Amino acid sequence: MIRAMLLAGAVLLPAPLAAQDHSGHGSRSEPAPEMDHCAMGHLPPEQCGKQEESEPAPAMDDGMAGMDHGSHGAMNDKSAPEDAVPARALEGPRHAADAIWGREAMEPARRELARGNGGMTTGMVLVERLEARIPTDGGETGYLWDAQAWYGGDLNRFVLKTEGEGEFGGAVEDAEIQALYSRAIGPFFDLQAGVRFDPEPDSRTHLVLGVAGLAPYMFHVDGALFLSDRGDLTARVEAEYDQKITQRLILQPRIEAEFAAQDIPEREIGAGVTKVEPGLRLRYEIAREFAPYIGVEYEAKLGETADIARAGGEDPDGFKVLLGVRAWF
Amino acid sequence: MASLSRRHLIRSTVALAAASALPVPAWARGASLSRAQNGSGELSGEDIELSIGDHHFMTGTRSGHAVAVNGSVPGPLIRLREGQNVRLNVTNNLAEDSSIHWHGLLVPFQFDGVPGVSFPGIRPGERFTYEFPIRQSGTYWWHSHSGLQEQAGHYGPIVVESADPDPRYDRDYVVLLSEFTPIHPHEIMRKLKVGEHYFNYQMQTATEGEMSGAMRRMWGQMRMNPRDISDVTGSTYTFLINGHGPADDLQFAFRAGERVRLRIINGSAMTFFNVRIPGVPMTVIAADGQDVAEVEVDEFQIGVAETYDVIVSPPDGSHAIVAEAMDRSGMGVASLTSHKGHRASPPPLREPVTLTMADMGMMDHGGMAGMEGMDHSMRDTSKLPADVKVGPGLDMVSPMPMDRMDFPGLGLDTVKHRVLRYTDLKAKRMNPHREVDREMRIHLTGNMERYMWSFDGKKFTAVTDDPIRFGFDERVRVTLVNDTMMAHPIHLHGHFFELVNGADHMHQPLKHTVIVQPGGTATFDLTANEPGDWAFHCHLLYHMHAGMMQVVTVRPFSAGDGA
Repeated sequence: MIRAMLLAGAVLLPAPLAAQDHSGHGSRSEPAPEMDHCAMGHLPPEQCGKQEESEPAPAMDDGMAGMDHGSHGAMNDKSAPEDAVPARALEGPRHAADAIWGREAMEPARRELARGNGGMTTGMVLVERLEARIPTDGGETGYLWDAQAWYGGDLNRFVLKTEGEGEFGGAVEDAEIQALYSRAIGPFFDLQAGVRFDPEPDSRTHLVLGVAGLAPYMFHVDGALFLSDRGDLTARVEAEYDQKITQRLILQPRIEAEFAAQDIPEREIGAGVTKVEPGLRLRYEIAREFAPYIGVEYEAKLGETADIARAGGEDPDGFKVLLGVRAWF
Repeated sequence: MASLSRRHLIRSTVALAAASALPVPAWARGASLSRAQNGSGELSGEDIELSIGDHHFMTGTRSGHAVAVNGSVPGPLIRLREGQNVRLNVTNNLAEDSSIHWHGLLVPFQFDGVPGVSFPGIRPGERFTYEFPIRQSGTYWWHSHSGLQEQAGHYGPIVVESADPDPRYDRDYVVLLSEFTPIHPHEIMRKLKVGEHYFNYQMQTATEGEMSGAMRRMWGQMRMNPRDISDVTGSTYTFLINGHGPADDLQFAFRAGERVRLRIINGSAMTFFNVRIPGVPMTVIAADGQDVAEVEVDEFQIGVAETYDVIVSPPDGSHAIVAEAMDRSGMGVASLTSHKGHRASPPPLREPVTLTMADMGMMDHGGMAGMEGMDHSMRDTSKLPADVKVGPGLDMVSPMPMDRMDFPGLGLDTVKHRVLRYTDLKAKRMNPHREVDREMRIHLTGNMERYMWSFDGKKFTAVTDDPIRFGFDERVRVTLVNDTMMAHPIHLHGHFFELVNGADHMHQPLKHTVIVQPGGTATFDLTANEPGDWAFHCHLLYHMHAGMMQVVTVRPFSAGDGA
């Protein structure tokens, strides 16, 4: 389901590859890079000397011919390929410094060196949305929070997410907290798996399997499947895009959709697409870490879920004006 | 803190007294005793004492913690003579380990100053003695190789006087470029890791940038940012010349008619600078401390850790020495003046730089017809050799990486005046004639969003036991392939390599650091003739800290070799 949504989203994205304008490529003033056969190692050093005195190497404007960089090993008949390490290079000691300062003195320094050159762990807390939600058709003003925190290295991270809403003066209506293990599965995406606990509206636990990351065209997406302790399967997809108006004023279209594989009567949910929330937030980054925003969001229950709402005398959709803050530290 | 300041006050006073006994060059002016001096005196002789300590530093409106050596930022100029022996006694007064690496000096590997590679490091309170003969002349520098101390002020210049006097100049100044930030370097690293392009306030927006919508969508499709020029910018950096920010009014004096040698050192952690003196041509005489055939230019880009020596003959008056950050988010400024007290007005910052197709490793010239219908895949991993690890740490593969030795640097390809290119450099003295024994390619890899940087897709943590191995006296042609859209200054410790830049092979220029332009390649010939273990890394401090580093071993080695 999530995959289908992502694919559908990708199809709807603007400017497919085929439509890209290539005419701009030729208009830049930078001169064509010259193919220097000496610099590229195409010629043995002897010939490079001669070339120096003669004409510069011809500009490389004949398309792709000769662009095979895979054959560098063959350029110089006399030189060996990269993996032909001479035997003397493999002689000991393993660490030269051990021979001078002693292994005992060097070991801690080596560990520290690795820690300080690629072994860093760090983390952040991001309050993505903390907002008041004012219905345009009257009704009680609500609030919403949506935050996450992570800690870890480049590939493996521990992630906490929490989200919830309610009405000012009333009880919390929905709340959830997720504890996830996140593993990078590609340059731009993490696979996230773990558990979700909902204290409200009724205490319930889910298994979570999701994907989060940066999709082409710079869309931040987060999709997850939830399997509840009662066997109900639901899903949620969020996507957002940051359009900079100026360096600090940022317009963020955001959409969130929820799905259910079956009816969940005690939560007034029907099978199918249950809810969709497209919204627009305009934030101003006073600092990168602190950005108040205003926004508007349309919130609609759909399909059977909407029918259930209507049957209960509730309006299944409506607009909300948003006032909030995005912050991280 | 109060007691700390008092202690440093005393030490600074002593240092100043010691320094004032020497002829203090102009670059050393501007001291306030309550804090680390902006700039310092110089030290020379066979025994040199250096002391690393915590200090407070101020420039313009910015102030904060600094790691200063002998109470100043930069630390003292170390002036040596070719052929002498030197003992450098370094006392670490920090609460953490420290070190000094002598950048560009040919030293026995155990005195190269990289904790975990060449020696164990200098513990808090410890005094460590480096001792080695000086085998070369030229302009070099020193800096910490521990943690991120270099960002905090732990660096300084080295000048080695040649045994043969050089009659080409009348005055000699060090121009050490660097940055100061009030943010703790570890916090800078964290902000880079959590993303959000924290320091970049020159992004393309709905109201800024001239790129067409179609091109913007293409960059967006690839999840790349065409304004990703510098990771850390003038939004937090004040750019320094000899420890002086633009507001600190640093002046270099000259008399009309004099020829002035400027030893320009990029001692910054993260910033490439465009160096120019508007109206004054510069004759480049050395690169990375090594003499080159004279070449006259109006501007040059200097990568992190590189040095260039130039001679200028300025006309009477005041001239601005401008060190503009490559991303144009700020500049370091000083005055070169024949009228004491006169301040030259620097030109305004130029427009921000936008990356191009060439920086993606695509051909970028008139003959684009052949590229219609070409797959724009920017991560075709089938183009990579088997020894490159494909994983989340690699977000791009240059589709057609070209040698870019003739590229003058991001943003300088479109300026009207003469700009230095690597292809302009020719060694002044002949190099020994050597055949290439072996060729290798090392890919520079990264993931901008995750802020991961590596060689061949493997962070240092993955290759701690898998060094790059060279046989002693082996001649290797190394091609660095940049599979990222950032320019990386790659530094090999303990050696000078020869740039394969089109100069005849006996006159390939010697360098210790080479810029590999975005999406391009750079090739050098190395004769691995310094036995031991050496660091090899990107000299962008936070790239190295993220893992863009490997150890190079030169064997055979016996403990007797180095000592």
